[in-house]
Amino acid sequence: MTLVKTQIGRRAFIKNTSLAGGGLVLGFSFLNACKPKVAEAVAVEIEMPKEWFEINGYLKIGDNGIVTIMSPNPEIGQNVRTSMPMILADELEIDWKDVLVEQAPLNTNLYSWQVAGGSRSIMNSWQNLRMAGATARQMLKEAAANAWQVPVGEIKAVAGVLSHEASGNSAGYGEMASAASQIEVPEEVELKDRSEFSIIGTSRKNVDGKKIVTGQPLFGIDVQREGMLIASLAHPPAFGMKLKSFDAEEAKQMPGIRDVFSVKLFDDDFKKMAFHHTAFNELVAVVGETTWQVMQAKKAVKVEWEASPDTVVGMSLFGNEMKVNHPSGMENSDTHNAKLKELSARKGKVARRDGNPEAAFANAAKVIERSYSCPFLAHNTMEPMNFFANVTEDHAELLGPTQTPEWMEPAVSERLGLPLEKVDIQMTRQGGGFGRRLYGHFMVEAAVISQQMKAPVKLVYSREDDMSQGMYRPAYYATYRAALDEDNNLVAFHVKAGGVPESPLFANRFPAGAIDHYLAEGYTIDSNITTGAFRAPRSNFIAGAEQSFLDEVAEEMGKDPIDFRLELLKRAEENPVGDPETNDYEAARYAGVLELVREKTNWGQNDAGVHRGVSAYFCHNSYVAQVLDMVMENGKPTVQKVTSAIDCGIVVNPDAATNMAEGGIVDGIGHAMYSALTFKDGAPEQHNFDRYRLIRHKEAPKEIETHFVDNGIDPTGMGEPPFPPIMGALANALYRATGRRHYHQPFISDKPPLVG
Amino acid sequence: MATFNLNINGESHQLDVDPTTPMLWVLRDHMKLVGTKYGCGIAQCGACTVHVGDNAVRSCQLPVSAVGEQEITTIEGLSEHGDHPVQKAWLETDVYQCGYCQAGQIMTASALLKQNPSPTDAEIENAMQGNICRCGTYTRIKKAVKLAANGES
Repeated sequence: MTLVKTQIGRRAFIKNTSLAGGGLVLGFSFLNACKPKVAEAVAVEIEMPKEWFEINGYLKIGDNGIVTIMSPNPEIGQNVRTSMPMILADELEIDWKDVLVEQAPLNTNLYSWQVAGGSRSIMNSWQNLRMAGATARQMLKEAAANAWQVPVGEIKAVAGVLSHEASGNSAGYGEMASAASQIEVPEEVELKDRSEFSIIGTSRKNVDGKKIVTGQPLFGIDVQREGMLIASLAHPPAFGMKLKSFDAEEAKQMPGIRDVFSVKLFDDDFKKMAFHHTAFNELVAVVGETTWQVMQAKKAVKVEWEASPDTVVGMSLFGNEMKVNHPSGMENSDTHNAKLKELSARKGKVARRDGNPEAAFANAAKVIERSYSCPFLAHNTMEPMNFFANVTEDHAELLGPTQTPEWMEPAVSERLGLPLEKVDIQMTRQGGGFGRRLYGHFMVEAAVISQQMKAPVKLVYSREDDMSQGMYRPAYYATYRAALDEDNNLVAFHVKAGGVPESPLFANRFPAGAIDHYLAEGYTIDSNITTGAFRAPRSNFIAGAEQSFLDEVAEEMGKDPIDFRLELLKRAEENPVGDPETNDYEAARYAGVLELVREKTNWGQNDAGVHRGVSAYFCHNSYVAQVLDMVMENGKPTVQKVTSAIDCGIVVNPDAATNMAEGGIVDGIGHAMYSALTFKDGAPEQHNFDRYRLIRHKEAPKEIETHFVDNGIDPTGMGEPPFPPIMGALANALYRATGRRHYHQPFISDKPPLVG
Repeated sequence: MATFNLNINGESHQLDVDPTTPMLWVLRDHMKLVGTKYGCGIAQCGACTVHVGDNAVRSCQLPVSAVGEQEITTIEGLSEHGDHPVQKAWLETDVYQCGYCQAGQIMTASALLKQNPSPTDAEIENAMQGNICRCGTYTRIKKAVKLAANGES
């Protein structure tokens, strides 16, 4: 058992309101006892309590023992609405069937890190959620001890029941909830030992499952309100353009249309956070009664756009001030690619240098050099950007999908001229995030339109709006060089990586620290095309490039690709190059996932006709190794199976984490193989799924197997880490299946064509 | 504007609407049946799939004027208590991540199984090819379709 002080987030543990409720709702549970092929989803009535008692900001307990747990973080499909309450419920010692989950609103007084980003939801809240549960458990015990006049240390709490063995007293949590809510919050509480977990580490079904499969309103785009209007925005057709003028006379006459007006988002002197950024600060809003009417009317607005000048946007990112250059002009993918290639031949900005790489390369017996690239990508969440806003003179209600409510609130407050406490932000379930909804300009847009209309408004982007609005995954380019000596030993390693507009370089990640002579350089190209975080930023390209290159180096050295990586990791573990503190990975955990995937796949013993690629990567504090099995079917490479070994510490909800790993693999294969967003004269050449190719059913692996390392370490990232390495495993398997190395994503457009 | 009598989820509804309005928006904006989702508007993603009679149809490309007397079934009307075999299989398999595309996936899968109660893997893939899942739950979707097929037989 661990004793922890409750100071962290202590405000959340101090009750601030009294809540009451009643009535009867339907809940659902799964009667699985007889293990039928299809489990019966049986509606059972959960009797709602007559009265709720708030124990702290995370939970309230009903007089009948039902517990409502507030899930603080945005749900984008990573399943935190199930896994975060599970953590709390375990420490509380409550039966999971007695738990109801509610989405908490944004409340920076009660919660910290209400963000879906960086794979940090579980990692950052692990301790707070446990404390919230343990604190409540302790208060219930104290209430029982007071009632029974026995020492609190003798009270047991198991599955929602308090008991005292010697006196024979026992009571449900509901019976003690009222008294517990009056107990002073303890200064420190005992956390369970890992061996005592009864919910954490067990698979629990998604709490929203029933609503999802019956089509209940869950998402921002589903919001309906009395008197609500629909809004759509017209933005420039190309990056490098801005609004000049518009004529909406015809559109305003169309059925159902209430108004058409221009919207300016931020004043030029507004102090932006990076998450407030948007390519198009001035837009034309079309507001009407129904979505179809508004979409039709938007086509009838005659808008003139003009070239925008060179601009420099100042913004802050976690306290660091930065300037982003947006040069004027209409950009082209061809030009980007030529420039990236050109800069890759020049000296970059050195990020790390170990030993004497220049001399080592000059003296090498053999030098291997390969270059890799990837295009821009649009996030393409299935639910397009949207937000509901109801702004009155003294209040703003905002409801919808955002990954960063906490960071958007100041922007809305400033733009509307309302104090922070008058801005209420609530989160809906979100139809995907992938980083796109970190950038919440659409929330501000909805708020400004509602303020102008003096009416509740739902802003809805069309798919075309969504895909052509910016915040893309940048285009990247990386050149790798390896120097071998006369005995075929790897003596030097050089990576030079650039991008539009950022470099994907991680100078201190593997294989830094494992090779005596090492050089890492980066370079950037300014652009007016806006980019942002896309699932596992930078890793989502550089992992695949690096892992493909290592595969080729191993082959050149005549080594097994797993053995080769393990040798390097052994060096990094036992005798690291440079200051070990600067290597931002743990070599032993890295090797651990490679060893596990080697064992689980019977590496080296695959059937003839099965072509295997391996890859391993570290990001978001977790380690993932993957083996991809490819077969040729009718001359076409087909992914038969992917096996993952993952070290993300304690796995809260194993089946849900497995689902995330499966999704990351499909996502990675899809983007590396099929997807691209290209530009001509500043305009995206793909606006919808007819020309923007996403992976579909047939292209997904036939089978995916996931294994987790069981090491008891506190949880680390899980949403992002399974995504980057698969691109390397795919490229490596493709090589073995087709005899061709693939360097440039998307692989499907490789010349000559891969298929057919 | 024109008046239409529509048969949706077993009930008759009369409404005045622009005849070019796709059923997707009739369902979402006029009927407040928001389970049918907007994803692309050009019949490329399958999020808006409903049943017209027994067929899976992309409602974003189906003008209200083309529906006539045909019966429309949406995800809300697939079963009375959310207990259609496909819905149960989805729950059992815990298919979804974000969940946004899943109503469309379920409507396509349930139409497939009605016409072909024991599809092969290739038949499942062919039928489901028009439904994009951006989260990448394809392997679970296929597993759930097979579970529903076995459960039905």
